[in-house]
Amino acid sequence: MNRTQRRKALSGFVVFLCGAAVVLALIPLFFVFGYVLQKGFSSLNWDFFTKMPKPVGETGGGMANAMLGTAYLILIAGAFAIPVGVIAGVYLSEYGKKWFASLVRFTADVLNGVPSIVIGIFAYGLAVLPVKHFSALAGGLALGFMMIPIITRTTEELLNLVPGTLREGSLALGATRARAAFSVMVPAALPGIMTGILVALARIAGETAPLLFTAFNNRYFSTSLVQPISSLPVQVYTYAVSPYDDWHRQAWAGALVLVGFVFVFSVLARVVTRRLERMHRT
Amino acid sequence: MKTSSRRRSADDRGFRLGTGFFAFLVVALVAGIFFELYRTSTLSLQKFGFRFWTGKTWDPVAGEFGAFPFIWGTLYSSILAMLISTPIALGIAIFLSELSPRRLRTPLAFLTELLAAVPSIVYGLWGVFVLVPIVRSLQVATPGWMKKIPLFSGPPLGVGMLSAALVLAVMVIPFTSSVAREVLKAVPSTQREAAYALGATRWEAILAALRFGRTGIIGAVILGFGRAVGETMAVTMVIGNNPQVSASLFAPQYTMAAVIANEFTEAADNLYLSALIEIGLVLFAITVVINAASRFLIWSVTREIKVKPPKPVSTMAFAAPTGGGK
Repeated sequence: MNRTQRRKALSGFVVFLCGAAVVLALIPLFFVFGYVLQKGFSSLNWDFFTKMPKPVGETGGGMANAMLGTAYLILIAGAFAIPVGVIAGVYLSEYGKKWFASLVRFTADVLNGVPSIVIGIFAYGLAVLPVKHFSALAGGLALGFMMIPIITRTTEELLNLVPGTLREGSLALGATRARAAFSVMVPAALPGIMTGILVALARIAGETAPLLFTAFNNRYFSTSLVQPISSLPVQVYTYAVSPYDDWHRQAWAGALVLVGFVFVFSVLARVVTRRLERMHRT
Repeated sequence: MKTSSRRRSADDRGFRLGTGFFAFLVVALVAGIFFELYRTSTLSLQKFGFRFWTGKTWDPVAGEFGAFPFIWGTLYSSILAMLISTPIALGIAIFLSELSPRRLRTPLAFLTELLAAVPSIVYGLWGVFVLVPIVRSLQVATPGWMKKIPLFSGPPLGVGMLSAALVLAVMVIPFTSSVAREVLKAVPSTQREAAYALGATRWEAILAALRFGRTGIIGAVILGFGRAVGETMAVTMVIGNNPQVSASLFAPQYTMAAVIANEFTEAADNLYLSALIEIGLVLFAITVVINAASRFLIWSVTREIKVKPPKPVSTMAFAAPTGGGK
């Protein structure tokens, strides 16, 4: 074999390896999804959505309180994280060239990489330690802190997709910068901002670690801000590490609901981004 | 006219300061996390000092806290996961950005990114009920002479280092590959064209692109490492949670994130709690440094390409393995 042939053979081999890498990564994906779908669907029943958890050892029951609890925690998180994230994103897109904006961008990226369990300790220190008991508020805080950097960065990114001529036009008509931002730019990027929120929701809806010692768990239905509250991921965890078969079954059902939730949000986010990009091209 | 323009500039300043305040909250949040973790771990920081990180005994009942086994477990599992996932992740990035037919690109990218969307707890569940039994039967099938090597010693439990590293590898792949793909996308196509013009094969042209973006690629790998270090639930469920320092792939061990997740609600006294928070503080510091470093590396590539005209690739790159820098 001469040198050229050898180089070509090596090239072909590496190309093959790269293709193999894709297949190799898809195997666990199908493996995980396959199990969750199969085990989840065979375990899912109406009781799962409507009933409360049964006491230890008894079969049956469901995760109605955990699902409502997750919705409630997301509501608390979104209530403060969405305004903070969106407005911070508006700042980055309006004054993006200042050094402070670079610092904020950098910090948001770093915050995005901080392990969720560490955020959980922070929320614990803020909201559990002073009052000495677990609460829905603490759990919501932890989840909200995780949402902020995601919303900030996507809001900025998608506001930047809106043509700057829109801003210039409204400024030329005598609008203040605030007016140009909130009445022209933000509405134009609204689907994109919704996307950012969806991505953030998809990310936090399945988070378990920061809830373990903030929201904790609750066997009953609760809407109190200051009481512990159940959530779907924590319930799945509790059931998964328990020794009971029926609880394992319900853990799979819970996993299916979580995956379905995350999947729908991810796909929605993707569709909206695609549309927005197409709208503002040219 | 004058008053109105003055009012407008006052309005604009108000807008800048108002929105700037919310942006400042993001910075304040990170500073706040550090301050709070530091404040609540003082007890342990003062009592143990550096000894905390070299001690091998973790005995909450006796009030003896040494965190070395957790550092060991975290590093071992993360590095092992990176060894498994990095070649695969880079292969995916190369395939999707350089080789894939246009029609396959979007669905394949979506599928690999879906790996990142699956919640950690679902990976954990899958790990406990599917992966761990597989690893266990693998251990049972390990021949006796192999078990004499420290790397493979230990009873066939299924839970342990190998299971944790495998789950971590799957979870980290999408992070590394999507950033590496972005870096490759930012490499100017003139780089590849020049390589082809010089008679390079496909792989050699890809190598030129990789060489151009190597700083960013390293950033992508480090970012994946940061994810692995901080991953909690899936690891907690499959690593066996035993604070021992062992070289064996099959031995149940423990990580920093896992010990916090498991023992935080059980920490009855203040010293125990503050020891766990100190582990959290160090975990925070490690991930901040890792993330800052990787972002910096990724930025340095993407920014360089935007501002400066592309630098010529070394013509010696394919001929001699020692071919100099870019």
